[in-house]
Amino acid sequence: MAEEVKKIMFTVRKAPHGSIYVYEGLEVKLIMAAYDADISVVFMDDGVFAVKQGQDTKPLGIKGFEATYGALVDYEITKVFVDRQSMEERGMTEEDLLVIGEDEDTEEPIKPQVVGSDEIAAMMAEQHNILSF
Amino acid sequence: MKLAVCIYEGPYNHEAADSAYNFIQAAIQKGHEIKGIFFYHDGVYNVTKLMEPPQDDRHIANRWSAIGASGIDIVVCIAAAKRRGIVDEVLVPNVRISGLGQLTMMAIEADRLVVFGD
Repeated sequence: MAEEVKKIMFTVRKAPHGSIYVYEGLEVKLIMAAYDADISVVFMDDGVFAVKQGQDTKPLGIKGFEATYGALVDYEITKVFVDRQSMEERGMTEEDLLVIGEDEDTEEPIKPQVVGSDEIAAMMAEQHNILSF
Repeated sequence: MKLAVCIYEGPYNHEAADSAYNFIQAAIQKGHEIKGIFFYHDGVYNVTKLMEPPQDDRHIANRWSAIGASGIDIVVCIAAAKRRGIVDEVLVPNVRISGLGQLTMMAIEADRLVVFGD
């Protein structure tokens, strides 16, 4: 019996620092990407700060994980979205977003795709699982 | 329905562990199948035998152990556990430490993955 590939979405809704949810949630994404699953990631609410470029975690005394988010495409995580409204509410623009990898052919940098909440809702409706961090 | 449950929060500090326990009991009573229970983040503290709550309070770790004894697979994330000093020696019986691959398999195999967290 051929099993359909399951769609698994990660929503990142908490701020990247101040608690470990987002960091450990990143570890889950990297592991699940190695399995036969259709992975997507949506950053919304305070989670949009996780994909802001130029994070400096030195004063916090923690390693930080911006570099890993910058390599999502290397882990074959390419369906990466940011909620437009959450971004705008926090004074962020598309230019603030970090690069998550580069296009294999053109070597153009790839950034998360900014989408509206209606598009996110439509994607959510198609998922087998949604994991929130 | 085939269900899997993931718990993010530690015992006593947060209601997530209690809600998950009650949910699992109710689901079993309704005839659903629990494919597995996965502890992540501070959730790994749920299954240490070192906890010793007051006698008139619920013993959260023993409760999970009893669910494990009924044949339900209970998995503690190794990466989250190592960070927090949870090792095989401190686990209650009927619980095992393994990797996030186990959560992945639960997520794929179950009809619903239900997460209890903050």
